[in-house]
Amino acid sequence: MAEAVFAVSAVIILAGAIGVVASRNPVHAALFLVQTLVGVAVLFVLNDAHFLAAVQVVVYAGAIVILFLFVIMLLGVDKAEELRIEPIFGQRPLAAVVGAALAAVLGTVVITGADVLTGLRRAGGDRALDGDATDIERMGRVLFGEFAFAVEITAALLTVAVVGAVVLTRRSSRSDGSETAGAARAGDA
Amino acid sequence: MDLAGLSTGWYLALSVALFAIGGVGLLVRRNPLVMFMCVELMLNAVNVAFVALGAGLNDVGGQVAVFFVLVVAATEVVIGLALVVAINRRRSGATADDVSLLKG
Repeated sequence: MAEAVFAVSAVIILAGAIGVVASRNPVHAALFLVQTLVGVAVLFVLNDAHFLAAVQVVVYAGAIVILFLFVIMLLGVDKAEELRIEPIFGQRPLAAVVGAALAAVLGTVVITGADVLTGLRRAGGDRALDGDATDIERMGRVLFGEFAFAVEITAALLTVAVVGAVVLTRRSSRSDGSETAGAARAGDA
Repeated sequence: MDLAGLSTGWYLALSVALFAIGGVGLLVRRNPLVMFMCVELMLNAVNVAFVALGAGLNDVGGQVAVFFVLVVAATEVVIGLALVVAINRRRSGATADDVSLLKG
């Protein structure tokens, strides 16, 4: 059963990934991205990470992809991109070579290292996955125990990101005025 | 544990394939938005590996790592899309090749 679920979601994930890379229209790419993200959420459920599966669908497939679609619509770049012409000579073959090399290196690591990794360490106490606790309970204990400082830094990071996004996209009336004044001066000169 | 018969290696192989596809997309595409989506693909590949290895090692640490990756990915998207909007306000329809002001 688990094998069948894994096989189906692997096909869905890889098809979505290829769709993101190959689709000419950014909106289609975003929708293919949703396909991949939902497939990954299924794999999370298969690994008993139910909370992460829910977060994956809500935050990734929900919030982040909607943000992408908002920006696509806001900028009006939803016209199809011409994929046949190659702007930089040899970019595609080089990218294919680099991608194949990346896959080869990582695949070698996985094939040679998988036996080393399995059964290497069995966590005990709060971190063990085979206890009675639900996965949310386990994650909560570890997040607010062992990783409490990292959670605090994450909060600071999110605050900085929000402030940064506002500063980057803000169009203040004062700077607009000086810009037009500068343009007028440039026009006079 | 319903992992019976399905070893961690399969998850890692899928993760490698997804990471490579995302990397190729990042190198090939020129639309900055699609490049961001390819970065998301690569982050998800890492998340699959984290969760599978965490399940294989009977450790919730993998899931905790995925949690932090999710937060950082959300932050990265917010800042990246703000940059794309700011660049497009100055010159509309800009691709990644057009933003070469810092090129030496």
